Amino acid sequence: MVADLLRLKLLLLRNSLRRSTGQLIGVILGGLYGLGLLVLLMIGLVLLGTADLEVIRTVLVIGGSAAVLGWIIIPIAATGIDMTLDPARFVTFAIPMRQLLAGLVLGGVVGVPGVVTLIASLTQVVTWIRYPAAAVTALVCGLIAVLLCVVASRLVTTAVSSMTGSRRFKDVNGIVAFIPLIFLGPIIGGVTAGFQSSPGFAVTLADFLAWTPLGALWAAPADVAAGDVGAAFLKFLIGTTTLVLFLVLWSRSLNHALVTPPYNAVTKRAGGNLGWFARFPATPAGAIAARALTYWLRDPRYSASLVVIPFVAVLLYFSGGGSGTAFAFLGPLTAFLLAWSISADISYDNTAFSLHVSTGVSGRDDRLGRAVALMVFSLPVTLVFTVVPLLVTGRTEDLPVMLGLSLGLLLTGGGLSSVVSARYTYNVPLPGESAFKTPPGTNFTMFAVQFIGWLVMLLLALPEIVLAIVYFVTGDALFGWLTVVVGLVLGSVLFVVGIRSGGRWYDRRAPELLLAVSANR
Amino acid sequence: MSSLVTPPTDENNPQARAGTAALSIRGLAKRFGEKIAVNGVSLDVPQGSFYGLVGPNGAGKTTTLSMATGLLRPDHGQAMVHGVDVWGQPLEAKKLMGILPDGVRLFDRLTGEQLVTYAGLLRGMDRETVMARTGDLLRALDLTNDAGTLVVDYSAGMTKKIALASALIHAPKLLVLDEPFESVDPVSAANIRDILAGYVRSGGSVIVSSHVMDLVQRMCDHVAVIAAGTVLAAGTVDEVRGDATLEDRLVELVGGRNTSEGLSWLRTS
Repeated sequence: MVADLLRLKLLLLRNSLRRSTGQLIGVILGGLYGLGLLVLLMIGLVLLGTADLEVIRTVLVIGGSAAVLGWIIIPIAATGIDMTLDPARFVTFAIPMRQLLAGLVLGGVVGVPGVVTLIASLTQVVTWIRYPAAAVTALVCGLIAVLLCVVASRLVTTAVSSMTGSRRFKDVNGIVAFIPLIFLGPIIGGVTAGFQSSPGFAVTLADFLAWTPLGALWAAPADVAAGDVGAAFLKFLIGTTTLVLFLVLWSRSLNHALVTPPYNAVTKRAGGNLGWFARFPATPAGAIAARALTYWLRDPRYSASLVVIPFVAVLLYFSGGGSGTAFAFLGPLTAFLLAWSISADISYDNTAFSLHVSTGVSGRDDRLGRAVALMVFSLPVTLVFTVVPLLVTGRTEDLPVMLGLSLGLLLTGGGLSSVVSARYTYNVPLPGESAFKTPPGTNFTMFAVQFIGWLVMLLLALPEIVLAIVYFVTGDALFGWLTVVVGLVLGSVLFVVGIRSGGRWYDRRAPELLLAVSANR
Repeated sequence: MSSLVTPPTDENNPQARAGTAALSIRGLAKRFGEKIAVNGVSLDVPQGSFYGLVGPNGAGKTTTLSMATGLLRPDHGQAMVHGVDVWGQPLEAKKLMGILPDGVRLFDRLTGEQLVTYAGLLRGMDRETVMARTGDLLRALDLTNDAGTLVVDYSAGMTKKIALASALIHAPKLLVLDEPFESVDPVSAANIRDILAGYVRSGGSVIVSSHVMDLVQRMCDHVAVIAAGTVLAAGTVDEVRGDATLEDRLVELVGGRNTSEGLSWLRTS
């Protein structure tokens, strides 16, 4: 039975690669990248063996703890990250719990993260090669630690999945859990600064982690190498006890989950509230704008980007180190990001787009509605994000040039996105999925469209950008005012041209667009 | 033309008025890669008829209906709705049709009421008419109490009903319904049948695809049997089924029944 579950996992892995060649190329490229990192990691671990005992210990304990923590946190951030062996799918098969647990654990090791962790923990044995007793301990403890990683992550997944039956929970969790990841950069920066300012910091951190379930198993070999077998045994106990405890908890919650399928409690609501549909004009374009705006607030795939925007401001504020140069460019950056955000609108609709095709909406109305919905909140946000940083940093004299850049990019980008989304579709997270899930078949097209799209956007906004550069070089206020005039006029023209030509593409190709998005399921 | 029975014309259909057919399909064909999904289908849905499209899974029913309604561009062939070429003048043709596609998503982050309103406004209708009709449709389909619930939280049957409401909002002359009764409860199905029967009596035309032979036999006046992308038989229900039931006739036309003993181990005694 355990072997069957393992074989099933391998079969699912292989079949998922057989869906398209483009995807296979993506997997191979991703695999090569990962393999490169893994080789670097292995070389690092081997070289680490030549360092002092203290250094080896500190690096292994902190690194190992981070790995265990990662296995616990990542499933929460991306619910359903690897549900190929979702326990719920085995409900009807009457598999004995013991065998199901064993199969799921081994199934968890088979897969990219599992194999990488396993190889890394085995390489750790080589690190300890100068201390034979420690190397043996490292082998045993390393394998147990890998099991701990998998069991901890499965425990978290099972516990969370009983809650994820509720759609509302899924929607909110998908966004909220991602926020710490946005701050990962600054956090790592802070920790690095801590290391640099006081060399003892890392050692203290490792000392602390060594006595927690996260680091105990990684610290035990070091104690053996140092000759303190008692401490090593205690840490081994901490690790194994945690593993057993997690196993018991997991089998309990699994037992519970198997007989209580997730239930989505829905409160019935009578109608009468048309929301944005009551506020926009009763025309096809108005209805599309109302629908798009409703989605910006209600669909987590869209609202995630709204949630991220304030954090961009916070990040830029701190990353400038107080000088405020980066912060002053918040407006143009926000405009750039927001304008591009509707460039995959039809891909996000998925087959719901068939309603637009079957009702015979004109391309101009479709493009206009979506672009207007974007402008309704992007325009005020961009204005605030342009003006406030300049007030804060006391550079009000730069207001014209910044307004010119922001508005120019927003309008130009809105027009460009209207063309791009009517012309290119690629796989995006499906409706109801987490905004941060990488859909299968995220292939070359997506990267090409994004990269070339950004280049084209900058190219189209080149007049404003050149004028802004001239302004900053000469300091002549005239060029600042010229930027705002050119940004507004050229931007508006490109906006209208984008909607027109995007609309023409749409009118010609609406059924083909529908066919293309229906491939993503 | 691969039909065994000549497709009926307006003359032998008592309910049809003089003039063009509600839906006239000529030689529609579509190939996906190596697989020929639809291989030259021709059909005539007379005005005022209730037309059933039946056939096994993968017969090409959905592909045919998608091509006939302007959702999927055919490789060959033509579709006319009341004399308007669907692929020549798509906007005019789509005004005449109400479409319930199968297997597509809805804008399900809208409430049921918003979704039907959206469909109406996309058709360019004015707000008052849309609001009045949305209320009527939700009442008729027994969705009033869930009008403010998000469609994503609807059950499968309710989702089907709200999609049907979106297809009816502009009072089309032709209804194209792909599997309208799938996972709909018996009470709602009876209500929907009444609505459709009334619509046909008032001169509207309906084409439905379905797996439920019994339903088609009772509800429809015309039927076409389609398998492997070709029409095997078409005509009035009585013409196609002859003395047998429609189900038996379909099995006879399509073949593929296993008559051997089979699965002897499954017998519990």
